[in-house]
Formats: sequence, C-alpha cells, structure tokens
Amino acid sequence: MTANRDGETLHQPRFPEPGLRVNPIACEAHGVCIELLPELISADPWGYPVIRPGPVPLHLQSLARRAVAACPTLALMLTSPPP
Amino acid sequence: MTARDVAVPSEGRPLAPAPGELRLIVRDQPLSLAEHIARYGPLPAGQLVSHALIAEVERSGLTGRGGGAFPAGRKIRAVAEASMRPRTIRASGGSVAKGSVAKGSVVVANGSESEPASSKDSVLLSLAPHLVLDGIALCASAVGASRAYLCVGHRTAAIARSVTEAAAERVRTGLDSVPVEVTTTADGYLSGQENALISALNGNAPLPTFVPPRAAQRGVHRRPTLVLNVETLAHIALIARFGSHWFRASGTPGAPGSALVTITGAVERPGVREIPLGTGLGEVLQRSGLSQPAQAVLTGGYFGTWLPLPAALAVPVSDEGMRAAGAALGPGVLAVLPESACGLAETARIASFLAAGSAGQCGPCRNGLPALADALNWIAFGQPNQDIVGWVEQLSGLVTGRGACHLPDGAAGLARSALRVFAADVQAHLTAGPCARAGGPPILPLPAGGSR
Repeated sequence: MTANRDGETLHQPRFPEPGLRVNPIACEAHGVCIELLPELISADPWGYPVIRPGPVPLHLQSLARRAVAACPTLALMLTSPPP
Repeated sequence: MTARDVAVPSEGRPLAPAPGELRLIVRDQPLSLAEHIARYGPLPAGQLVSHALIAEVERSGLTGRGGGAFPAGRKIRAVAEASMRPRTIRASGGSVAKGSVAKGSVVVANGSESEPASSKDSVLLSLAPHLVLDGIALCASAVGASRAYLCVGHRTAAIARSVTEAAAERVRTGLDSVPVEVTTTADGYLSGQENALISALNGNAPLPTFVPPRAAQRGVHRRPTLVLNVETLAHIALIARFGSHWFRASGTPGAPGSALVTITGAVERPGVREIPLGTGLGEVLQRSGLSQPAQAVLTGGYFGTWLPLPAALAVPVSDEGMRAAGAALGPGVLAVLPESACGLAETARIASFLAAGSAGQCGPCRNGLPALADALNWIAFGQPNQDIVGWVEQLSGLVTGRGACHLPDGAAGLARSALRVFAADVQAHLTAGPCARAGGPPILPLPAGGSR
C-alpha cells in the first residue's frame, strides 16, 4: 500500500494486472493459445478460445505474453485493465 | 390538416408540451418546418452553447433510445472532448499546428431501425423530421462537427426522400450550418449497429467491427463520431428548448422522459405510441387493446427477453424497470404473444432469423447461433429429448460475450428466457412432441427469408 502526494492511500498496485482478450473477428481458431496457456484458455466445441475471466495472475504473465506473441492472426492481446 | 391541430405559442413564446401531452408525435400528419416552429418555437440558437447543451442533456438523464440506453449526455461529452483534444496536425505546407479542433468531428443520426418488429424510428422520421434535424444541428454544434449523416432504413425509401427534402429546406432557410447527408442503411439485421453503420459510411462492409477504437475516438473518416438514435436526437431538440426540468416532468426519477414504443402481436391497435417511461406494462398494453388472452410479451426486440403474462403486467416500461425484471426495453418493442400461439415455435423462428442475421465474422457466433437455432427448432417442432434443454443452456453460455457485437448475447438471452417463461411447454414438447399450437401461423413479424 502506498500513498500519493495528497496523502490518499492507493490500494491499487502501480501496475495493475493485465487481462487477456481476443479479437473474435481476427481469431481463426488456430488454437496456439490454447496449447500454450491451458491454465487460462480452453477450447469451445468449434475450437475457438474461451478465456477465463479476470486478471492474469503474476506467475502466468510471461506465458500469456508468449501466447499473445505466438497467435498467427494477432487476435490475442493483453489489456490493462482486464476486459 | 387544420390550424387547430397545431398549438400556437402565445406572445411568441414556444409552447412546451404539458404534462401528459405527447411530446414527439403531436399528430398523424407530418409537421412542415413552419408548423414545427409554430408548435415548438425556434431553436435557441446562440443561447445554448456547446457546454451548456451537454450539461443540460446530462441533467435531463436522457438515455439512448436505440437500444443501448447509454446516457446521451456522456456520449456527447466524450465526442466533444475527443474533438477538442489538442493534437498535432501537419498541414500540406509542412507547418505544424497545435490546434484545439484539429479536424471536425462527425454526427451520425441512426434511423436504420433494422429490428423487424420496430417502426418507431420511421414513424418519427416521417411525422416529425424537424425534431430529429434540430437534434442533429444542436449536437453538431455541441461537438464541433463539420459533417452530419442521417441514416434511414432500407425498408423506408419514401422517408429518405421526405427527410432529404426537409433537410434541404433547412439549408435554404439558413437554419442548419452543417448540411445533413441522408443515406440509406444496407439490408441486414446488423447493418444498423453503431460500428456497422460507421464501417458502411467509411465505404466498407456494413458489419460490426472490433472495439477499440471507439466511435467517439475514431469513427467516420477516422474522426471522433457521435452516433445517436433519431428518437434520442428528437428528445435533445426538446431539452434544448424547454430544459432538463421539463424533460423530467415525464417518466420516473430513474427513467426520466417519454419514449416511443412499438406494440405488435396480439393487440387490437398495434403501432407506435409515446409513453411516459415507467408506465406499467399492463397499462401500455391495455391502451393498445389486448385482443385475446395473452401468455407472454417479448420485450426489447428480437434480441430481447420474454416476460410472462399476467405476472409481468406490473413491470414498469423503462430500461430501469425492465432490467429489474430480468429484461430490457431495448429499442422499445413490445410483442404480445396470445394464448393461442406456441412460444417455443415463435422463439425458434426468431432464433433462426438471428442465426441468419449473424455477420459470420466471429467463430462463436457463426457456429453457435445456428446450433442454438437448430436446438430450439428441435424443441419446437421435432422429437426432442431431455438432453437438448441442457444443450440450449450450454450453447447460450458459450456464445455470450464472445462476439464483436452483442448479437450472440441477445440470442442467448432470448433462448434462456424462452426456457424459463415457456418451461411448461418445454416439458410438454419433451414428453408428447410438438403441441398443436406450434403448427399455427407465426405471430411475430419476420422479414421474408429470415425464418425457416
């Protein structure tokens, strides 16, 4: 917990945890993200990614960045704050 | 058309519609520009500067009447701020200017009304075009727009002609500084969706786009764009004249003002009505004349929610009231289902229409909506088993929130509410097959080719 110049207490961490979001128009269900990040992303009956809602926990953030970078259609993105 | 149809302001003062009086549609003939000004008074030009209008609309509590029910004042403010934001522009000569308004923003009046059961926007545009055009002029001035578009539905070519004439008359008389370009929205359930409209005005396919960027940041011609429903703009024309206090004299504190609703289905006098928001559903339907015993009402359009009758008769007709009942007012469609019809058959037909209306851009919607429609058709017309109800619920969960627009969410909400409201019928269909009513003629209107 930190305080700003006006003495207000800031409960939010300085860098809020990011969330994952998919651009459903760009997504073509290659499934790379599902392979790379099964902790947060699962497949629907048609192979499209279903993302667990909420922020990406710290210990999964580097894996999430890898999944974002590996998406062939650049459909997966990290957003801050979470969608 | 007689003189006594038009209220004449005394001592040159505009006449604010009194409490209980209709505000937007004062008679069943179009108001000419002269009659419009005689009825409502001229626009308070110059007196109501940008920030004053925005503040007044914010105080009024007006929400978008196109279905989203987003606070209109906040929407206008976002576009005004985006277009005032200092940004660096490089002129052709190479000089760099840091201006307040780098480029004009754009106002889009949405009268597309692609919802098949709704006709309130086309009725408003044909009977009170100058209220809508007033709203466009006010908003254009409030957000610093250099261009304005009025998009009308493809079903109503005559309206495109009459509003084009109305807009031209205003330019001739020097009323509008920003000319209004009238365009016809493409056919298709989604073509009136805000981002689909912007996409079409940019010369692209009339399909929803991924957000961000938001229209307020980058819309038509990459400029900050204000998209408001035509009824919302008409209310703004009255708020600018008579103030937020007057606006709030109708409706409830949580849902102020009046609204146009389209009542269809099993009523004696279907059509468009203006009601104070918060009026009980029973009273609204009673005024349209319930022609026969009704079992349910579909609220919010085909993207909407079934509410059971008579249980829902006390539900206030407002976004606030409907939300509390698990529904939404949306664009103001109330479709009454008689006892003689099968709610599952109606739902299945609408689900097929929605599946056919999918833009097909997003995988979960492209696959999920046909699957959902198939399952609902199976329940309505086939030999269903118990598993299929679970499959409908699973599919509804799977498609919700997974499209670029809210079409999948709407289809899922419709399906879930049908399983809830017609639960007894579902059990009957599961045990004995389709009921006799399922073979009856469709009650709710669907465009040709939209149903199976």
